[in-house]
Amino acid sequence: MSLLELENVTASYGHAQALHGVSLSLPENGAIGILGANGAGKTTTLRAISGMLKTTGRILFEGKDIAGLGPDRVARLGIAHVPEGRGTLPQLSVRDNLLVGAYQRKDRKQIAADIDYCLDLFPNLRERIKSNAAALSGGEQQMLAVARAVMARPRVMLLDEASLGLAPSTARRVYEAVVRLRREAQLSMVVVEQNAVLAFSVVDHATVLETGKVALAGDKAELMGMDAVRRAYLGG
Amino acid sequence: MQYFIQVVVDGVATGAIYGALALAIVLVNRATGLINFAQGAMAVMATFVAFALTRAGVPLIAAALAAFAFAFVLGALLERVVVRRFEGGDPDIAVVATIGLLVLLTGISAAFFGYEPHPFPSFFPLGTVNLFGVFLSFRSLGTIVILVVAMVALQVLFRSTKLGLAMRAVADNPRSSALSGLPVSRLLMIGWGLAAGLGALAGILVAPQLFISPGMLDFALVYALAAAILGGLDSPVGAVVAAAFIGVVENLAGAYIDVIGDDLKIAVPFAVMIVILIVRPQGLFGRKVVVRV
Repeated sequence: MSLLELENVTASYGHAQALHGVSLSLPENGAIGILGANGAGKTTTLRAISGMLKTTGRILFEGKDIAGLGPDRVARLGIAHVPEGRGTLPQLSVRDNLLVGAYQRKDRKQIAADIDYCLDLFPNLRERIKSNAAALSGGEQQMLAVARAVMARPRVMLLDEASLGLAPSTARRVYEAVVRLRREAQLSMVVVEQNAVLAFSVVDHATVLETGKVALAGDKAELMGMDAVRRAYLGG
Repeated sequence: MQYFIQVVVDGVATGAIYGALALAIVLVNRATGLINFAQGAMAVMATFVAFALTRAGVPLIAAALAAFAFAFVLGALLERVVVRRFEGGDPDIAVVATIGLLVLLTGISAAFFGYEPHPFPSFFPLGTVNLFGVFLSFRSLGTIVILVVAMVALQVLFRSTKLGLAMRAVADNPRSSALSGLPVSRLLMIGWGLAAGLGALAGILVAPQLFISPGMLDFALVYALAAAILGGLDSPVGAVVAAAFIGVVENLAGAYIDVIGDDLKIAVPFAVMIVILIVRPQGLFGRKVVVRV
């Protein structure tokens, strides 16, 4: 059974429909990528899953339809969304950002251990633990955003354009940590990326969206073998 | 010198009242990014609840607690039913909505109790206490003590509790907070409720001195807004310090500068405020927002 399954999902911003019947499936302990150009509906798909938009169609998580639930309810079910633009809490310290991530948990000892784990994953954050998130560099903010999601101990992480606006070396470091998380924390993931090389460092299966519809889907080898995909997302 | 100290302490006590309202304004601003012009009218309404109860023979302390509870529910309800529709939209429209609430709530209070002022009982006796040769009124001291306790409690709530952390998170970025599972809607209601409760406290403490009437806190609200802006809209401590400062400056100017006297003294804090804001636009304690990309 799939952990997360979208069946013919549509979503709109006001009157503008952005998704026209998208279906995808995330297996248990799996990781899938969503690729596509700007405006293809990648971010919208993640927002639809998180209940940030009005949707139609079915969104099944652990077999239950979660369509129509608000973002906080979806998060409490175990879906952690690292939004586009990082979405850190700028006026809160790094530590407080992490504690907010763990808001729904009661296991205080384990929370402390998980903070330590996150700081181990992103050593930059350890030095900035007392700084406000607003004072961090873009890369550090992205690391904090990922760490905040990890603190919720989710079953699924939705990662939206984590490389956006980062220097290539910084983006690589973020994705190295994500790969490690996938291995160590048994986290299933839906990874939205424009950079297919980074996406395929984490996922082994991807769906390509075009103007709100699924254009292609396949595993890494298949997609990388297609000229169209290579030209569009791999720079030649 | 004695007279000077008395004037200063009375000024701090007046300032403490402004401070409580200013704290309420800061609380709402931090939770929702809005400035609530109805904060004073909500406080007066709650104070009228205490007034009606004491007139019916309920002891003042119980009446005050009931007023606090009433204010909490009123604040939470107004946020949910009215203000919610304006959050995240154009702040100018939201401000007009809160001014509308100010007029409406004042009118409701007047419909029940009329516009003429009524006497209101105080927690403290009228007398004075001799502290090192200076006579200070129980009321001023009591007011100061209660509001300092309220301020410390608020600081502890925000800095050291999970609820406070969640409220700060929602104030900072409601969208992201929801993605971490925070019940944003409920937290906003709690923020408004707490702010209204704080306002009720201010109303009950100042009513014995001003006598209760629907417009009792109109002036105080203007000062409280000044204090909140002077202290920095995001700083509870700043708001209280600025409020005390405004109270003292107002009282000193009235007492010592003959030209100013009682009628003009209300303008003095504003003159000072304008000068300070020219030098430090973020307020005395406000943080300059630095955004890095």
